[in-house]
Amino acid sequence: MDDAPTATETTATGSGSGRVTGTFTVKRGLADMLRGGVIMDVVNAEQAKVAEDAGAVAVMALERVPSDIRAQGGVARMSDPALIEGIQEAVTVPVMAKARIGHFAEAQILQALEVDYIDESEVLTPADEAHHIDKWAFQVPFVCGATNLGEALRRISEGACLIRSKGEAGTGNVVEAVRHLRSILGDIRQLTQADEPERYRWAKELSAPIELVREVASSGRLPVPLFCAGGLATPADAALVMQLGAEAVFVGSGIFKSDDPARRARAIVEATAHFEDAQIVAKVSRGLGPAMAGLEIGTLETRLADRGW
Amino acid sequence: MEIGILALQGDVSEHAAALADLGVGARPVRRPDQLAGLDGIILPGGESTTVSMLLESSELAEPLGKELAAGLPVFGTCAGMILLADRIADGRPDQRHYGLIDLAVRRNGYGRQTQSFECDLEVAGLEGGPVHAVFIRAPRVEEVGPAVEVLAALVPSAVDPGAGRAGPDLDPVPVLCRQEGVLVAAFHPELTADRRLHRMFVSMIEGTEH
Repeated sequence: MDDAPTATETTATGSGSGRVTGTFTVKRGLADMLRGGVIMDVVNAEQAKVAEDAGAVAVMALERVPSDIRAQGGVARMSDPALIEGIQEAVTVPVMAKARIGHFAEAQILQALEVDYIDESEVLTPADEAHHIDKWAFQVPFVCGATNLGEALRRISEGACLIRSKGEAGTGNVVEAVRHLRSILGDIRQLTQADEPERYRWAKELSAPIELVREVASSGRLPVPLFCAGGLATPADAALVMQLGAEAVFVGSGIFKSDDPARRARAIVEATAHFEDAQIVAKVSRGLGPAMAGLEIGTLETRLADRGW
Repeated sequence: MEIGILALQGDVSEHAAALADLGVGARPVRRPDQLAGLDGIILPGGESTTVSMLLESSELAEPLGKELAAGLPVFGTCAGMILLADRIADGRPDQRHYGLIDLAVRRNGYGRQTQSFECDLEVAGLEGGPVHAVFIRAPRVEEVGPAVEVLAALVPSAVDPGAGRAGPDLDPVPVLCRQEGVLVAAFHPELTADRRLHRMFVSMIEGTEH
């Protein structure tokens, strides 16, 4: 503290010692800045522009939206780098991109492209059925999906700086998103009541590190932001999950598989910002045209949410 | 005292926590009627293009502009700095900015997220040693008008540690600036536990600062 400036100094001469990049604070900090916003799936620069014009806080680059992955089948992989670069050129908001679960080489490529966030995503075909990416090894922050508290804490222990409840991507059906969000937040509420021996039992049952279990028990929240994804299709869906406790939303097929993507995108942005104000959510919900058709969960051949370990 | 926090999008709750630590009342502002009777307002970090769009759709853009023009003290962090700046490079043509502080800023002027950084920062007139500053895809100040007081700046080596070369960045880059009742930071004091800059803003409102 010897070099502390005195109260008589009035003009800054410049400082900035100890500069570091890629810290947990910096990585999670971007997730904090996205709170209250909508992150939209886009497959090309044109869609990215539509998303940004509608007020998206970030866009997620992927080769096909989840509903097309479902319909077309085949292995779903990281996007072509040229497409990602085209999206980076087209917009000024953060650009996220998806890598396959466990595919650290795809993640290395995304880091080389300087994407702003990497989503290690169950929507793509997993590359490893036992191991997730060691996310601490990267400068770029990661978001991962979770269906329950244990899965969320395992991803955080691997270095994820943002958790999204998985829902069931590409269905336009919000029921799984609600299930996963309620599971995570309900378990957090219960965990805050646990005494120390019960916390050890929670750690065992969640297959999660005791240190993270203790942190959640004492803070009453995840150590990183919790967003919601998977099946959101309407402004009302966004308002629902925000009221349940999500801090922001990811919307995938729900926008660009609807009849009027630009209007629907903007309506979902407004509903997410004003999620507690039913007058506004009602106003923006009017006359949007048909939402994506959607799928019953019971009819699905593949449950994407089951991917992840 | 009651300070509003523009709560359309971004890290609103961190600013609310900072004000709570100082024993100052905080009011989230999402509608025009919530502007009434405030002693000051904080424009938090977030995505400036999103906040700009939501200001229009929420019919807040004009009433907030009137309050600010009438002298409502304001503290803008990161995206908030962009909203208050006079000139924006690399912004969207339809992006709202109030022009209340004579700065030109470039959005994401330090680069993409991989270049986001934290460092120690000496603040003119602030006792107790440097503040720890977190820069997330931060706006970069490119021009400073004569009426602006630069309270903290980054030396060139902290702006671009790879650059030992001579270049356009030899002057320190301002990151904390004030012009009368307008305080702006390119970084996020709300993301650390140090409350001195929020206290500085509260002191500005009280008119008791040095």
